Amino acid sequence: MNSIAQTLQHLLGDTLGWALWKLLLVIAIVVPLTIFVAYVTFAERKILGYMHARLGANRVGPKGLLQPFADLLKFVFKELLTPTKTSTGIFYIAPLIILACALLVWAVIPFNATTVFANVNASLLFVVAISSLGIYGIILAGWSGNSKYSFLGGVRATAQMISYELAMGFALVGVLMVSGSLNLGEIVKAQSSGILGGSILSWNWIPLFPFFLVYIISGVAETNRAPFDVCEGESEIVAGFFVEYSGTSFALFMLAEYVNMITISTMAALMFLGGWLSPLPKSWGFVGNESFVWLLLKVCILLFGFIWYRATFPRYRYDQIMRLGWKVFLPITLIWIFVLGAWMVSPLSIWQ
Amino acid sequence: MVTSIFFYLFATILILSALRVITAKNPVHAVLFLVLTFVTSSCLWLMLDVEFLALSLILVYVGAVMVLFLFVVMMLDIDTETIRSGFWKNFPLALLLGVVILTEMVIVLITKPIVITGSVAPVDTSVSNGVALGWLMYTQYSYPVELASMVLLLGLVVAVALTLRKTNKNGKYQNISQQVNTESKGRVKMVNMKPVIARSLTIDEGDSK
Repeated sequence: MNSIAQTLQHLLGDTLGWALWKLLLVIAIVVPLTIFVAYVTFAERKILGYMHARLGANRVGPKGLLQPFADLLKFVFKELLTPTKTSTGIFYIAPLIILACALLVWAVIPFNATTVFANVNASLLFVVAISSLGIYGIILAGWSGNSKYSFLGGVRATAQMISYELAMGFALVGVLMVSGSLNLGEIVKAQSSGILGGSILSWNWIPLFPFFLVYIISGVAETNRAPFDVCEGESEIVAGFFVEYSGTSFALFMLAEYVNMITISTMAALMFLGGWLSPLPKSWGFVGNESFVWLLLKVCILLFGFIWYRATFPRYRYDQIMRLGWKVFLPITLIWIFVLGAWMVSPLSIWQ
Repeated sequence: MVTSIFFYLFATILILSALRVITAKNPVHAVLFLVLTFVTSSCLWLMLDVEFLALSLILVYVGAVMVLFLFVVMMLDIDTETIRSGFWKNFPLALLLGVVILTEMVIVLITKPIVITGSVAPVDTSVSNGVALGWLMYTQYSYPVELASMVLLLGLVVAVALTLRKTNKNGKYQNISQQVNTESKGRVKMVNMKPVIARSLTIDEGDSK
């Protein structure tokens, strides 16, 4: 890998070669991520289909495997409609803001112990900060469309995301209390040791189980997915903040939503499920080693959960969503932070 | 070289967007330029390697405070004509204040910088600045931090007290935990009724034959 960087720097000079190398790395992350998104949408249609006792997409390509690309082509060839009296600039920038923030987070997410695009000290904080920027895309998309429906959807989505960000932030505080670092790689490394010997029992999901639950449920609310998808509640406000969008700009919203789902699942896997660590004992050879495949497997399981909730639960009422965020999750996380602090200084601590 | 290019780039964007905050006609655009100002100043902080402060600036101001600002501005129906109507009447006072502030700033700039010789907390450079800040905040400066947090808590309580409308006797409130905990027993009443045999049915059958 480094030899390619050196060759590029030799050919193009230090700065330009370095920039081109980083650009290649960005493409190496974004392109597989986009293909992963395509197949998450396909998996969603198939899984929802089987849960509804029907077949799901099965016409385009073998077993319907080319369906996401057919969807994409259809989006691309649709006309881009701009409603009258929109703020045109903001109307077109808003989906780009959402997508850019969704992709930017991947700059600091590690794929295994050594592979990470930017190994920054405060990577956890970076993820939280950048994902809070994505809210702007939603509220601006809702506002600039010059429609009451989209504005209401934008306001609903934003209020919901701000509320659940707090509970999520407190869940993260618990994780960084036990790992003592804001770096995602360090957080995974901290789960590989401890009094329980780095097995599946020493991963954060058991001692921090309330935080794990709060994080997963808040993650569903953060991505505005069912059962918390009131911001696009079809029976009330047509389709929420993207009701005025068509064609490619609508596709960008969908892409960003699924990238966010993958991000939330990856973060949960890294912080609570041991990331790339193997649940099997080390003596088992290949399957006992830490590898990227374990991370991918955990992410896929969590993503399956997202689709499962959508098929299972009816949509929440808006005031019930707010109650869950502010009156249930926030007190739970706050109290558990104090319990955790007392546990960590007590002789029963398992993190020494 | 690259660093200074980025510095001047960010600095230019910062100054231009700060200017646009006060010159933009549409208040929503003004708020968005303020967001851009915050983001670029956070980029400048990142270039100084203070990533904790830079990210907290984005998280707190851009991620939460400015979103609420944007909410308020979008909800208000601001008529720019009525706001600008008294512009020339208030202009002399505004000009005077502006000149005073400008003079003060120029005086600060041209006088010799004040060197703080008091006790500056020693900073351990071997740890990341988030850790260093945390150590200082919760050891040496723990009382000021607690005082500031009490002031913020007071503000929070006052804001809640101002908007709490439970005193309204005529208002209708929903008890959500009661709603969530309802069971079918409380809603559906099963009754045991004898079947009623309709006589007209038999007569109709006879007619059709």
